[in-house]
Parts: sequence; structure tokens; C-alpha cells
Amino acid sequence: MSETKQPKLDLSNLKAGGFIKERGKDLFTIRLRVPGGRMSIPRLKKIADVADKFGGEFVHLSVRQSIELININYKNFDAVVEALGEKDQKVASCGARVRVPVACGGCEYNPNGLVDTQKSALEVDQKLFGTPTGHHKFKVAFAGCPFDCPKSATNDVGFQGAIEPVLDKAACISCGLCAKSCVPKAIVMGADNKPELTPAACIWCGDCVKVCPVSAWSVKKQGYTVRIGGKWGRNPLVGTLFATFLPEERVCEFIEVVLAWYKEKAEAHGRVRLGDIIIREGSQAFLDHLRVTFPENVVSSTIPPQVILTQVGN
Amino acid sequence: MQSIDLRGVSCPTNFVKAKLALEDLENGTTVQILLDDGEPVKNVPRSLKADGHKLIGLKQTEDGHYLLELVKQEE
Ligand code: HEM
Ligand code: SF4
Ligand code: SF4
Ligand code: SF4
Repeated sequence: MSETKQPKLDLSNLKAGGFIKERGKDLFTIRLRVPGGRMSIPRLKKIADVADKFGGEFVHLSVRQSIELININYKNFDAVVEALGEKDQKVASCGARVRVPVACGGCEYNPNGLVDTQKSALEVDQKLFGTPTGHHKFKVAFAGCPFDCPKSATNDVGFQGAIEPVLDKAACISCGLCAKSCVPKAIVMGADNKPELTPAACIWCGDCVKVCPVSAWSVKKQGYTVRIGGKWGRNPLVGTLFATFLPEERVCEFIEVVLAWYKEKAEAHGRVRLGDIIIREGSQAFLDHLRVTFPENVVSSTIPPQVILTQVGN
Repeated sequence: MQSIDLRGVSCPTNFVKAKLALEDLENGTTVQILLDDGEPVKNVPRSLKADGHKLIGLKQTEDGHYLLELVKQEE
């Protein structure tokens, strides 16, 4: 075999992950990063051009919001990376790393959004994407409100936008809409025909603030409800509550503190996801670790990540 | 008093109809808008408020509809 026949490939591209061997000979899928699912139109056009030139007849939109170029011959890796403009087109990661965060549209134009999930997803992508965990993959998701379309609690760390409502009784015109709209019935109309809030029943969805025609309800506190330890796959877990009203600007710091504990506690356990480590170590130990840095946000007690029985195998 | 009857009109057509009707009125006019219970009464008042109009009342009528009272305000 002659050396000169080998295509010259920059293998550092491969190490970052995102190049996935296909069934066909010499063919690979290249998964492109789309943090939060947001794609600028110029980038979309560029990707379409590259797919047209080097790929198969379609692209695939992955379950976690990435665009996958299909049927790329490995000899074209460098050309594809070059054509995409590598700096802003880093491919998506595989393996035991922090993955590209997913997010819904958030509050920018979406009427239900309570926080800027897109900003958070972009920040996590820029600061933490690809960080090796030493153990297993690490997935992060952002939902704009408790409707939770992105299913945040099925991620290693899931963030869900939340607001705490507060009432200006004098402004209220007693229309009753807030009580009618509050799904968990945390608001009932009192004897004075003004709303009464039971804080313990509130899920921080903000529907009362949105529905009130005279802005008698407003936002007292805002941030993320944080659930940790979720995953899907063969043995699903749903993450449980570890922090409330985490300020948006502390999201990356929070994930770093979670990762530090994961790295330490998973030592010598091999390929284990965070949720299984929490079950092994006990959720109280993990709460105590988080509370050192986030005393105002970490809840006093919680339950371990919840096992979902899939009813096949044993 | 001006009144706009949006009973039986679903979202978001009711809101667009209210907008069109309000466009023909003078600033400062008080208007009554009749809305269905359910999604319409949850959505239309807050959307009209977001457009800058001043909401002054919202009451359920005896037959189960809602009567919204607002003052037209153009930004
Ligand atoms: C070279 C590394 C890897 C490649 C190329 C790869 C490929 C893929 C692909 C194509 C998907 C679907 C993604 C989507 O639709 O968004 C996926 C998801 C998934 N992968 Fe991998 N994978 C890799 C590493 C791993 C490893 C090491 C594991 C675990 C042992 C794993 C387990 C899973 C699971 C459970 C899902 C389900 C989706 C989810 O977690 O949300 N993958 N992988
Ligand atoms: S989670 Fe909330 S903000 Fe995000 S898409 Fe769903 S309803 Fe909208
Ligand atoms: S935030 Fe949601 S749950 Fe809480 S009182 Fe308002 S409507 Fe009810
Ligand atoms: S929606 Fe606003 S005005 Fe109506 S009862 Fe509730 S607080 Fe009062």
C-alpha cells in the first residue's frame, strides 16, 4: 500500500466527535451543532450547499436538534469542515462529554416563555460544550416554562423557567380570571372577591401574571427550577428537584459544580450516568455539596432520581 | 357605548377582529367587547392590553359570557 494514496486527513476533527460511521463502506454521518435548535439563515444556506455538494439526498434532524449530514465519504472530511467554516461550525460531540444543550424558543417571541432559554443554551454551549466528564455523556436542556416541552427532567441537568407571582390587591378588578386559569388551584377567590394564593401549591408557571388584564399580578422572583439525574435510553430515570429560582446568570457555574461532584463520586465506577451516582451516594450528600455554593437556591430535601420501569428485560 | 360582539369567534380570529374594529374608533372611546368563556377570555384581554389599550373591567355575564370594557389607546 502506497503512502501517497492515503487521503490527508486532519484527525483532530475526528476526536471532537460528531463523525458517525454509517452502514455503507467509507460513509459517515456528520452531526452539526445547533445549540438550542436556533440556526441563522446564512448558516442554514451554507449547510444546505455543503450537503448538496458532499452528502446524500437528504439531511436528518436529530432528536436533540442537531442537523446530520448523511452519506459523507471520509475522504471529504477536511473539505466538508473547510467548506462549513470550522470556527463557527464545530461538529457535535459524542462520548463522555458535555453535549450540545437543547432548548425551546424561550421568552423572546414565544408567549409562554418565562426566561431566555436561548441565551442560556448558547452560553452553556460556548463555555462547557465538549468538557470531558471522565465517565459518561452529560446532557443539558432548557425549558422556558413548566409546560416543559423539552422534557428537561430526562437530562442529566434540566432547567425549567419559573416565576414567583405577587399580587397588588388594589389594582385587582375582581374578574376572577387568575383563579380560573391556575391549573393547580393555588389561587382561589376570597370572601372580598380578591384572589388568595396558597404558595405551597404554586408550580411557578406564571399563568396568573399573563392572564390578569390589569397587571395586578407581577413577577416577584424569576429563574430556573433545576432537576438533576435524568436520562433516557435502556434504563430511564427522571431527574428530581435540587434547586429553585436559580438566577439565569449562574447556570454555567451551577453545571460546573455538578460536574465536579460527578467526577469525584463516579471515580472507579466506569461508565455511569450522574443519576445512578446520585442513587448510589444518596441525594442528601449531593444536596449538601450543591448548597455550599448555592445556599439560596438548593432545596432542603429531595428524592433520588426516579426509576421508570420499561417492562422489558429484567 | 360602542360594543363589539365576538361571541362564537375563536382564537386568534377574535383578537384580529377586535383590532380591526378598534382601528375605526377615536382614541379615548370606551368600548364593550363580548367574549366567550375559555381560551377567548384568557387570551383576548391580555393581547389587547399588550397593544396598549386601557382595560377597565371584565365581568362574567349571567349567560356565561364575558364583558370586557376598555378605553381605546393608540401609542
Ligand atoms: C461516537 C459516538 C456516538 C455516536 C456517533 C452516537 C450516535 C447517536 C445518534 C445518531 C443518536 C441519535 C441522536 C439524536 O437523534 O439526537 C444517539 C443518541 C443516543 N445515544 Fe449515541 N452515539 C455515540 C455514543 C454513544 C454512547 C457511548 C452511548 C451509550 C453507551 C450512546 C447512547 C445513546 C442513547 C441512549 C441515545 C438516545 C438519545 C438520548 O440520549 O437522548 N451513544 N447516539
Ligand atoms: S416549555 Fe414553555 S416556553 Fe418552552 S416551548 Fe413549551 S410552552 Fe413554550
Ligand atoms: S404561577 Fe401558576 S401555579 Fe402559581 S399561582 Fe400563578 S397560575 Fe397558579
Ligand atoms: S386576573 Fe387580575 S384582576 Fe382578575 S381577579 Fe385575578 S388579580 Fe384580580
